[in-house]
Amino acid sequence: MSEIIKVGIADINTVSPPDTIRTTGLGSCVGVIIYDQTKKIAGLAHVMLPDSSLSKAPTLNEGKYADTAIQTLYKILVKKGADLKALKAKIAGGAQMFQFTSGNEMMRIGPRNVESVKKQLLSLGIPLVSSDVGGSSGRTIEFDPYNSSLTIKTVNAGIKVI
Amino acid sequence: MDFKKIQPIHLDILREIGNIGAGHAATALSTMLNKAVDMSVPSVNIISFEEISEMIGGAENVVASVFLRILGDAPGCMFFMLPIEQAERLLEDLLGGQAVQLINENDSAISLSALQEVGNILSGSYLTSFSNFTGLNLQPSVPATSIDMAGAILSFGLFEISTVSDYAIVIDTAFTDIEKHDNVKGHFFLLPDPDSYAKIFHALGVPLDE
Repeated sequence: MSEIIKVGIADINTVSPPDTIRTTGLGSCVGVIIYDQTKKIAGLAHVMLPDSSLSKAPTLNEGKYADTAIQTLYKILVKKGADLKALKAKIAGGAQMFQFTSGNEMMRIGPRNVESVKKQLLSLGIPLVSSDVGGSSGRTIEFDPYNSSLTIKTVNAGIKVI
Repeated sequence: MDFKKIQPIHLDILREIGNIGAGHAATALSTMLNKAVDMSVPSVNIISFEEISEMIGGAENVVASVFLRILGDAPGCMFFMLPIEQAERLLEDLLGGQAVQLINENDSAISLSALQEVGNILSGSYLTSFSNFTGLNLQPSVPATSIDMAGAILSFGLFEISTVSDYAIVIDTAFTDIEKHDNVKGHFFLLPDPDSYAKIFHALGVPLDE
């Protein structure tokens, strides 16, 4: 029996076949999947904010910020036996749910999340294989570690696989 | 913002803000539709981000929403949100009975514009009474409309609070159309920014203990 592993907001989890991993209702948040196609190990982080320097909380929730979430996910995957050099990434999300003419910097959070995720992947030397980012639609994404396919569902544009 | 400082009396104050605010909004809606609108007793909860989407049927549930920023003395976010079918019925009533479809409809500009106006009027009356009650200077931003997954929309109101906490205080008031007695409900969500709570409580003479 295969299961769907759910990842909530600011959460991180991992998956291996026959299970799949999913996160729902990504708005300006970004879903980051890092996977080892040969060993069929994958992890998903639901990133909410671009940088942990924004945190004003007494304890840092690592899954919330692009920089700490990706580093944490990377470490977890390595610990689970993924091959460092084989790691690849797919990302989706980072939409601008509402359009404002005069928004503050917080209103541009989607694009900022995407930029930060890409920068972080680059610094760890993880190639970004494909992405579906931006726009103004919410996304639900599901990753299958067996064939490394990422299925993206939106309200207005239906389903696509990257 | 430390949630441990929040006493039951503070939650009561927030509930009263929800009560008065949504009461005025329900009256405005009732006038617009020319029929009775019923309102629930507001709930005030300190809940995780995940649970907020559950309140409106799960992160993937498609809703029609109007969002605005509250500007002024106590900044925050406000959402007027309702299930898609309910939004369509509401707009049909408003637009004189013509059928309204909000999804996959090329010609929905007038419906969206009407939805935005409804949200604007309702949030405006909510905010005016919030401002009168507290004596705080509060103005709404220009509203923005979105029809999408509840989780994707709500997370937009959580960025300010998410830098300090994994939880948010949500002041939620639901209302229903009395005649139809259906369970579909509209929701007002009021999400003050972390620094705004102290200002709200101070304005009402019940400051948070330092």
